[in-house]
Amino acid sequence: MHLAVWTYEGPPHVGAMRIAAAMRDVHYVLHAPQGDTYADLLFTMIERSKKRPPVTYTTFQARDLGGDTADLFRAAVQDAHARFRPAAMLVGSSCTAELIQDDPGGLAEGMGLPIPVVPLELPAYQRKENWGAAETFYRLVRTFAGPTAPAPGTVRPQRAIGVRPSCNLLGPAALGFRHRDDVTEITSLLARMGVEVNVVAPLGASPADLARLGEADMNIVLYPEIAGVAATWLQRMFGHTTIRTIPIGVIATRAFITEVAEAAGLDASALLAAEESRLPWYSRSVDSTYLTGKRVFVFGDATHAIAAARVATRELGFTVVGLGTYSREFGREIREAAAEFGVEPLITDDYLEVEAKVAELQPELVLGTQMERHIAKRLAIPCAVISAPVHVQDFPARYSPQMGFEGANVLFDTWVHPLMMGLEEHLLGMFRDDFEFHDGAAPSHLGHPPTQRTAGMAAAGKPDVVEAPSALPSSAATVAGPAPWTAEAEKELGRIPFFVRGKARRNTERFAAERRLASITVETLYDAKAHFSR
Amino acid sequence: MSVETSASAYRSIVHERGQREVFCGLTGIIWLHRKIQDAFFLIVGSRTCAHLMQSAAGVMIFAEPRFATAIIDERDLAGLADANDELDRVVTTLIARRPDIRLLFLVGSCPSEVIKLDLSRAAARLDGQLSPGVRVLNYSGSGIETTFTQGEDACLAAIVPEMGTAPTDEAALLIVGTLSESVEDQFRRIFDAIGVGTVAFLPPRRAADIPSVGHGTRFLLAQPFLAETARVLEARGAKRLAAPFPLGIEGTTGWLRAAAEAYDVPAAVFEDAIAAPRRRAETALAAHRAQLSGRSIFFFPDSQLEIPLARFCHNELGMTPVEIGTPYLHREHLAEELALLPPGMRITEGQHVEHQLDRCRAARPDIAVCGLGLANPLEAEGVTTKWSIELVFTPIQGFDQAGDLAGLFARPLARRDRLGV
Ligand code: SF4
Repeated sequence: MHLAVWTYEGPPHVGAMRIAAAMRDVHYVLHAPQGDTYADLLFTMIERSKKRPPVTYTTFQARDLGGDTADLFRAAVQDAHARFRPAAMLVGSSCTAELIQDDPGGLAEGMGLPIPVVPLELPAYQRKENWGAAETFYRLVRTFAGPTAPAPGTVRPQRAIGVRPSCNLLGPAALGFRHRDDVTEITSLLARMGVEVNVVAPLGASPADLARLGEADMNIVLYPEIAGVAATWLQRMFGHTTIRTIPIGVIATRAFITEVAEAAGLDASALLAAEESRLPWYSRSVDSTYLTGKRVFVFGDATHAIAAARVATRELGFTVVGLGTYSREFGREIREAAAEFGVEPLITDDYLEVEAKVAELQPELVLGTQMERHIAKRLAIPCAVISAPVHVQDFPARYSPQMGFEGANVLFDTWVHPLMMGLEEHLLGMFRDDFEFHDGAAPSHLGHPPTQRTAGMAAAGKPDVVEAPSALPSSAATVAGPAPWTAEAEKELGRIPFFVRGKARRNTERFAAERRLASITVETLYDAKAHFSR
Repeated sequence: MSVETSASAYRSIVHERGQREVFCGLTGIIWLHRKIQDAFFLIVGSRTCAHLMQSAAGVMIFAEPRFATAIIDERDLAGLADANDELDRVVTTLIARRPDIRLLFLVGSCPSEVIKLDLSRAAARLDGQLSPGVRVLNYSGSGIETTFTQGEDACLAAIVPEMGTAPTDEAALLIVGTLSESVEDQFRRIFDAIGVGTVAFLPPRRAADIPSVGHGTRFLLAQPFLAETARVLEARGAKRLAAPFPLGIEGTTGWLRAAAEAYDVPAAVFEDAIAAPRRRAETALAAHRAQLSGRSIFFFPDSQLEIPLARFCHNELGMTPVEIGTPYLHREHLAEELALLPPGMRITEGQHVEHQLDRCRAARPDIAVCGLGLANPLEAEGVTTKWSIELVFTPIQGFDQAGDLAGLFARPLARRDRLGV
C-alpha cells in the first residue's frame, strides 16, 4: 500500500483506452464499476474529443457480485457489437473486475463473435497507464500483422527499383503530448526526403491498417513508451529497420534525418544543408546571451525528459541541474542520460518527492509536466510543459509540434518566453513604491499567489484564474470614503470568489452611495447583487 | 438489460438498466473536504480511484489537498503485506504530516470491498490509538455501492453515531446536507428572523462542531440524496420535516415553511421574514425567464438533484422537461417535489446510456444537462449542454441563488446565440 495524492499515470486500462480512442473501428468492452466511466472525460474534456471514446463499461454493482457479472459482461459485449459494429473488439478488466476474476477474454472468445477479439491482461495492481498502452498496442499489432509475417528466417526482399522507401510511424495515441502535430511535422519531413508513410499507428489506424504494417521498409518509433514493445516485435518478425532517434530539437532532428536516409538508401545532404529551424540563429543572437547557464530542472516521461535535457544544454546553452522521470520502465535510459549531464537521476512517481527536489535545487527554469507546472508556480519559478500527463492547455488550437524543425522553433519560444517574462520582476522591484506596483502585484507570468485557488471543477475545463489588479488600496483613496462595511458583510464579501470580489465590492459601494446608506450590511450586498444582475 | 414501467402514485416512472455513465461516491470528497475544514479523507483503493479523484477535481488545485489514496498493490493482494499493518503505517505518516487534522475518514472503494478489507474495524482500531486528538470514522464511496452524491450520504450517515444525544425536550432544528457557507449563513439569518430557535448544520464546518441529536430534533434535508443519513437520524429519534428542496423560489419557500410550521411560527412573521429575499429572487429570475421560457430541457441521471431542478425549470422558468433522468428516486423524500411537477413528465430511474442518448438525439432538446463525458460529444452533434457537475459545485440553494441557478441554464444557450462560428 502506498500513499498517493496526485499521480502521473492512470491505471493500465486507461492506457488501453488511449489506444482504442486513437484508432478507428475498434471497440473496447471494459468490465468495470460505474465510477470508472470518469475516464471518458479525459478524452472529451482534456482532448476536446467530439466523440465518446469507443468504450462500453459493464458498470456492475454490488448486487451483481457473486452471481451474474459474467452474464452482464457477455450482454455488454453483445450489445456493443450490435450497436457499434467494430472491426475488432478489445476486452478486459479494470482493477475491480480483476479481483472478481470473470476472465473477459475467455468469456468473449466463447461467444463466437464474427470479428477478432483481443483479450487484454493488464495487471492493475502492478502496472500503470503507459505500460497498458504499450501492451494493448502490441497485442493489436500481433493480432493483425502477425498473420502476414513471413516464415522465420526469410530474408527481406530488396525494394524494387523505382519504388519509394516507406515507413510506419509508431506510437502517436490519444491524450499524447502534441502527438497530432508531431505526426504532421514528421510526415512532411519524410515526404521531403522521399520517404512514404505506410501506416501511422495507433493514431487514425484501423485493424486493416495494422495488417499492412509489414509492407513498410522501416519503423519509426516516435514514442517508445507506447510503441517500443510493438516495434521490437515487428523488427523480429518482418526484419524491419527500427529508427529510434527521437527528432526533438535541431541536433536530434538532423541525426534522425541521417539515420532514416541511411536506412532508406537516400541522400539527405540537400535537406541537411538547408537551415530549416530558426532556433540555431535565435540561440546565437546576442539577446539570448542572458540564457547562458540558466539552471534547469527537467522531469517528464523518459523520452521527452531526455530529449529536453539535450536540447536545453546543446541548443539553448542552459545547465541541467536535475533530470528525472515517472516512467520506471525507462529507468536505464534516464540513468544513462543523467550520467551524461553529471546529475543524479530522479525516478519516482511521487510528486512530493519531485517538489522537494525542485525546492532543494532552486532551478531558474523547470521543464516538466502539468504537475511540475504547479510545483514551479508554487515556488515562483518559471516553467514550460514538455510532456504528458496532459491538460487541456496541452491541446492548443494552433499548430504546435515538439518534433522536427518547426518543433525546435516551438521549443525555443515556449522555453525562453517564461524566462524573458522574468525580466518583469526587475521592473517590479525597481518601481516597488510606485502605486501601480503595489505589493499585491506579482509578475504576470508567475500567475497568482499560491494561497488563493478556486475549487474549480474539472479539469479539464478551467485554466487557472489570475486576479486582475483590483482598484487602488482603499487607504490610498482620497475622495470621500464609501459607507463602512459591517463585519458580517465584510465576511460575506470574503466568500465571493476572489476574481469577482473586487467588482462586487465596487458595485455594492456604488449601490450604497447612490442610496446614501450609512453602512453596508449583508442585505445591502445582496440587494446590490440583485440590482446589478438585472 | 430490461426496461419496465411501473405506475407510481404520481406518474409513470421508467426503470432502466444498462451502462451507467456516472461518477462513484468517492467524488463527494471533493466538496466534503472543503466543507469540513479539519477532516481528511483517505481512500483505500486502487490507482483508478486516485486517478478518478484527480481527473474529477482538476489536477492539483490545492498544494496538498485534504484527501489522498492509499493504493492497494500486489503485495497487499498476495498477502505478502498485512493490509491492516500497511494501513496503520500510511495513516501514521499522514497524521504526522498533517497535525491540523481532527477527523479522519477511511473511505472504502470497490477494490477494498471486493477483497473484504474491514475498514470499520480498522477505523475503530485507529480511533483507539489516535483519539481524542483525531477521530477516525469510515464509510464506503465505492462505485459498486454508491453513485456520485450517495458518497455524501454515506459520509454523513457515518457521522451520525458521533453526534451527542440531545435532551428530549430540546427541539433544535437540524439542516442536513452540504451547503456552501454563504448559503448556510443566509438560511441561518432567515431562521433567526422567523424565530425557530437553535439551528444546527450537518456536516459541520469543523469536527468539534458536530451537533447533537435526540427525540426532540427535527431535521430538514437540504439535499435530495440523503436516504441513509435520514434513516439513521430517525433511528436516533429525530423527525424529518417533509418539504420540497430549497431550489428556486417555490422550493425555498416550501422548505422554509416546513420549518416555520413545525415551530408554530405565525404566518405573518414567516411571510415578513422572507419577503425581501423573495422579492430579490423574483427580480433576478425575471431576466432569465424571458430567455429560457419555452425551451426544452433533457436531464441525464447524475446527482439526484434532477427532479427538483426540473420542477424549478418548469414552474419558475417556463421550460419543458422532456426527460428527467435520476440515478435513484427516493419516493418518500421526493414526494413534495413530485407533487409540484405537472403530470405527464417522463421520469427515468437508473440508466442505459446508449438508449438515453438515442432518446436525447430524437428529442433534440434545447439544452441537455449531462456529465462531462457526454457534454462535448452532444455539443458536436448540435445539442447545447450544461455540465451537471457544476450544479453540485455551485451554490444554488436559497432565494439569493435562484438567479444564479437560472443563469447556469441560460449561459450555454446565450453562448450558442452569440457565436457566429
Ligand atoms: S468505481 Fe470503484 S474502483 Fe472505480 S474509482 Fe470508484 S471506487 Fe474506485
